[in-house]
Amino acid sequence: MITYRPYLNKEFAMSLSTQDVEKVARLARLAMTSTEIETARAQLSGIFGLIAEMQAVDTTGVAPMSHSQDLAQRLRSDVVSESNQREAFQAIAPQVENGLYLVPQVIE
Amino acid sequence: MTWEIVIGLEVHTQLSTNTKIFSGASTAFGSEPNTQADAVSLALPGVFPVLNKGAVERAIKFGLATGSYIAPHSVFARKNYFYPDLPKGYQISQMDLPVVGQGALTILVEPLSGNAKPYEKTVRITRAHLEEDAGKSVHGAAQGMTGVDLNRAGTPLLEIVSEPDMCSAAEAVSYAKALHTLVRWIGICDGNMQEGSFRCDVNVSVRKSGAPLGTRREIKNLNSFKFMQQAIDYEVQWQIDTLESGGKIQQATILFNPDTGETRAMRSKEDAHDYRYFPDPDLLPLEISPEWIEQVRATLPELPHTKQVRYVNELGLSAYDASMLTSSREMADFFETVLSAVPNDAKMCANWIMGEVNAQLNRDGLDMSQSPITAQQLGGILKRIADDTLSNSGAKDVFRTMWAEGGDADAIIEAKGLKQVSDSGAIEAIVDGVMAANAEKVAEYRSGKDKLFGFFVGAAMKASQGKANPAQLNEVLKQKLAG
Amino acid sequence: MIESSLSQMGAALRAKKISSVELTQLYLDRIAQLNPALNAYITLRPDASLAQAKAADARIAAGTADALTGIPFGQKDIFCAKDWLTTCGSKMLHNFVSPYDAHVISQFNNAGAVNLGKTNMDEFAMGSSNETSHYGIVKNPWDKARVPGGSSGGTASAIASRLCAAATGTDTGGSIRQPAALCGISGLKPTYGVVSRYGMIAFASSLDQAGPMGRSAEDLALMLNTMAGFDERDSTSLQRDKEDYARDLNKPLSGLRIGIPKEFFAEGLDTDVEHAVQAAIAEYQKLGATLVDISLPNTRLSIPVYYVLAPAEASSNLSRFDGVRYGYRAPEYTDLADMYEKSRAQGFGDEVKRRIMIGTYVLSHGYYDAYYLQAQKIRRLIAQDFVEAYKHCDVIMGPTSPSTAFKLGEKGDDPVQMYLSDIYTIAVNLAGLPGMSIPCGFGANNMPVGLQIIGNYFDEARMLNVAHQYQLATDWHTKLPNGI
Repeated sequence: MITYRPYLNKEFAMSLSTQDVEKVARLARLAMTSTEIETARAQLSGIFGLIAEMQAVDTTGVAPMSHSQDLAQRLRSDVVSESNQREAFQAIAPQVENGLYLVPQVIE
Repeated sequence: MTWEIVIGLEVHTQLSTNTKIFSGASTAFGSEPNTQADAVSLALPGVFPVLNKGAVERAIKFGLATGSYIAPHSVFARKNYFYPDLPKGYQISQMDLPVVGQGALTILVEPLSGNAKPYEKTVRITRAHLEEDAGKSVHGAAQGMTGVDLNRAGTPLLEIVSEPDMCSAAEAVSYAKALHTLVRWIGICDGNMQEGSFRCDVNVSVRKSGAPLGTRREIKNLNSFKFMQQAIDYEVQWQIDTLESGGKIQQATILFNPDTGETRAMRSKEDAHDYRYFPDPDLLPLEISPEWIEQVRATLPELPHTKQVRYVNELGLSAYDASMLTSSREMADFFETVLSAVPNDAKMCANWIMGEVNAQLNRDGLDMSQSPITAQQLGGILKRIADDTLSNSGAKDVFRTMWAEGGDADAIIEAKGLKQVSDSGAIEAIVDGVMAANAEKVAEYRSGKDKLFGFFVGAAMKASQGKANPAQLNEVLKQKLAG
Repeated sequence: MIESSLSQMGAALRAKKISSVELTQLYLDRIAQLNPALNAYITLRPDASLAQAKAADARIAAGTADALTGIPFGQKDIFCAKDWLTTCGSKMLHNFVSPYDAHVISQFNNAGAVNLGKTNMDEFAMGSSNETSHYGIVKNPWDKARVPGGSSGGTASAIASRLCAAATGTDTGGSIRQPAALCGISGLKPTYGVVSRYGMIAFASSLDQAGPMGRSAEDLALMLNTMAGFDERDSTSLQRDKEDYARDLNKPLSGLRIGIPKEFFAEGLDTDVEHAVQAAIAEYQKLGATLVDISLPNTRLSIPVYYVLAPAEASSNLSRFDGVRYGYRAPEYTDLADMYEKSRAQGFGDEVKRRIMIGTYVLSHGYYDAYYLQAQKIRRLIAQDFVEAYKHCDVIMGPTSPSTAFKLGEKGDDPVQMYLSDIYTIAVNLAGLPGMSIPCGFGANNMPVGLQIIGNYFDEARMLNVAHQYQLATDWHTKLPNGI
């Protein structure tokens, strides 16, 4: 039976903290205002409520499935196939100089 | 109060493939910026990685050479972080299932100080995994800007991780050197440290004897053995001083400054430890069959340690000589080629290579591959020593001429008239002449003044212009003087 | 001409009853007239399209034409096409003129087809309504106050309003089938790996699959013949023998066993949709098929599993959009970190950011096992449900979407409601199976209803046969919206 309610049931719902959302935004390199963080927190909490139902499933002994094909990686022979296309590739770059892509100073 | 030092190494070896690990772009060093950055290296939208067979083969070779487990099934994972030299925003690496598992490398540790003797040690290898290199940041490429060159991005690396089995800078350096020798030996890495082909991260901690492991700090990106030693020495002392003055060690990534000889902690990235690893959905699991492993095994040369044991047991060389002669594949090949000219004189070959040849190379600032004298040429000289054509001093004369002017041994001997006189009639005639010219001394000798024997040897050798076979000359002199 | 099948169009072109230039111009004129109200296309380059048409005419004249030579197709803006602006519906790629062709684009080019334009889509293919495109929402030609579905909504809207002969789509969780259903057209998502992903901007790599969308199953077969095939540039592209997907179109359906999953006809399915789908299934019985009751017990888990796995992969796939090498860079920033954060915050829309954040969270330290790993395990259970089901049936049928096209803006503020509407399509992507949607009638407000046909792995030819036989017996797929 498909029932939509359990997804939204409060007992499954979880609540993300503002700090959680801020940390995720930082990891994902997304600038967000405090208002945006708050909106995102509410929406993500709802979505994680939807996701939470998964937790109740017993998956003991089940192998994770990363791919829909049970195949091995195909290998490429070690032969050069690419030629220099710097001009074409850098024609669409935001900022280049002397063949280098420019970014604000990196400090280590 | 004694402190124990605990050191483990993570070594990034650039694999000597023609192309990148996940694309057909060239890996040649030193090209104009971004001319080898293809669509995959640049992470253009919509492009995907395809694994280079040559990189996997090299990983298998390394696994075989260290007696390591070679995983029949391994998985590539994404390590996510943002950095301008990392175009995809993640590095493709291996996490839970690396291609090479546990193994070991037996090394000869050369103590750095005092007259302590070299000793053998086995360092356990934890794992070795395939991953892609990042690009390069060029600081100050423009006013206040950093330039990014992605030629190196995607170059295949084998990251070799050791257990924390080393307990001194000497052991760490010896292990790193042995690894450096090995990867070049089996032809998987050119070992060029200046170009960054062999980079070491060193994990250092100290503890009181018997105490649990201390907190480690990781010295990043050491590209010379000398710096490695200096960095470890400095870091160990710093950690001991810190602890003895009541401080605590914080886990950190640190850099070594060769100019000051000091280490310093890098600005910590607050989220540095949340790489969000997960299996790369663009790549399927890497499967390595037993048949493939056997095919690779067949291409593997005799390994340095195997050679060392053979040189000692079969050729009668000392452990030290055997170790020196296997310090690189060029050295061992040189030795074995020389040896093929004089198969029964291994010790003489070793002495000449580590003596005359090395001395000349050092004097001229050359390495073995640049030697003006080939192993065949040197074999030609040693052959003439063995068959008594050359005296030792004559041989050195030939060697010097050959080094400067080239040519083969027999031609030089002929041209310079260095052929040793071994004809007994000729030697007897010379001896007779010397005795006749020195009748008084002969009488003195015969009356018991044995010490005069040296005088007769010198005089006879001089009369032969240095060409007389010394052993033969001695024999004839002894007989004739005895009367 | 525009109601001709692709094979009829090809025949007319080869017989020189019409030139490719004329046919292309015909569509360009229709686009000029109808597209402003629909917004189905993001980029049009009439000169480039006509130049291709001219080349196609030359090829036809030379007698070397293929089945699709000279026929104008729309290309979803997720496919990189050399010299074409390729935006993926995002501001992030507002200036990305692709330096290379996707495999799918090359395949169409090699066949001599004409690229009519790049069709609109949800930003980075994330959406079920085509309301997340930076280039404006797309309207459903059956009712311009309603969504066309997504993410291939531009393609679906363009086909339904005959603004191209057919077009391409991509499907990560239903993005071909759902808009096909909502716009009353046909669409096929092949088995994962049948069509190369090279040049198709990745959303969720292990789920993304390109496929044909068109007016009939017969057209889809012809397109798939061009699109499918091994490509060494995508590690997940399958090495299989070339096949003719049209080979079985005319086989009778007697003996066909159709699995009816009870979970697809339970609470949550709108009655108008259910009636139309049941009527279609009854039609299949008339055509000689038998029905088998089956169960796909983990169906409802496919939503949480999908909304963990797809965002996780997406969060990583979209990290390359950083304003360094191409694409949008914020005009002002203080340092490197600020440049990254502002470029990405300004370049991505809300839904994309939301999914990046979900994905980042589920992969982050401490949550991986509970979310990502658990989702991958349940993914296997979901795939096993299908393996079990196919022991008893040849194809599975049910609704494509629980409702017909909803009103624009109706679900915009509630992502959870939007995600729930993917309930019938997602499991197919998780399992990697082929799935299609064909028109099977109309529901309330005269909006189209789609019948979903799910096949076993590599069973595309059989699915096309099943769909084609239905389309021979019915005329739902020939219905046109008012004013078209």
